[in-house]
Amino acid sequence: MSSNPMHQFEVYRIGPEINLGMVNLSFTNASLFMAISAFALIFLLFLGTNKKLLIPSKMQLITEMSYSFVAKMINDTAGAAAKPFFPFIFTLFMFVLFCNMVGMLPYSFTVTSHIIVTFVLAAVVFIGVTILGFVKHGIKYLELFVPKGVPAVLLPLIIIIEIISYLSRPVSLAVRLFANMMAGHTMLKVFGGFVISLGLLGGWLPLGFSVALTGLEILVAFLQAYVFAILTCIYLNDALNLHH
Amino acid sequence: MELEAAKMIGAGLAAIALAGAGVGIGIIFGNYLSGAMRNPSAAKEQFPNLLLGFALAEATGLFGLVVALIILFAF
Repeated sequence: MSSNPMHQFEVYRIGPEINLGMVNLSFTNASLFMAISAFALIFLLFLGTNKKLLIPSKMQLITEMSYSFVAKMINDTAGAAAKPFFPFIFTLFMFVLFCNMVGMLPYSFTVTSHIIVTFVLAAVVFIGVTILGFVKHGIKYLELFVPKGVPAVLLPLIIIIEIISYLSRPVSLAVRLFANMMAGHTMLKVFGGFVISLGLLGGWLPLGFSVALTGLEILVAFLQAYVFAILTCIYLNDALNLHH
Repeated sequence: MELEAAKMIGAGLAAIALAGAGVGIGIIFGNYLSGAMRNPSAAKEQFPNLLLGFALAEATGLFGLVVALIILFAF
């Protein structure tokens, strides 16, 4: 048993090795847990909408709450114009949430603690929003980089800063989720290691700490999914309603 | 200096970023509380903004952690 706190993030192959040209497409533990999260999500939503009762059952209540939560979030941040993008943001939010939450189970693997996963999600958001902005506003979308009410002397500097901040969006979106999940899980494992090394006499203190940290991590898991979704909404708002 | 030792020192220095995150999170929650004390009826509406600010501030500290990890493991 390895005591390295980074050991939990190791990706290994399950089953046969599949190579497609130069690309290694083998089924790994990361893909397994991503599939588990996706199927858990589908199962929960299916169970919730299976029997549509006027007085909802517990499952239906969870589904309805998550629906109205995301709907309210989109309405508050991006307005009614973003209504058609509800399925995308709902899927994004629920997928990230389920990946984070499945990662909180002992002996499981956190898919979102790998930057490639979060970066692909962020890149989809970034490229999609950019294309949407250009389709909706044409070349006028570049006005996003020119804030209103800025003195003309400052404009060249401001435009460069705005362009850099726009281009760093996918990086910050990806790194935020990845770093939060990875730091949290490393911290849990480090405190778990303290329990073992301090033994029966002194191990109770880090054990209590570990329990508290698990609670914090569940909060962070929800919060990061929420932040990921709400930042997507904010970017969408920039693309849909220019300068509002 | 040995490369290994320099790496350790650099990774430790990168953890200073957490000081800024601590200050930021403190300011966010402190100001939220003082605002909520003044006007409790408006507090609930601003709770999502509180969480958003908290997560944004925390993330900047975690960028420091990423720098530390890159120093330790990527070079």
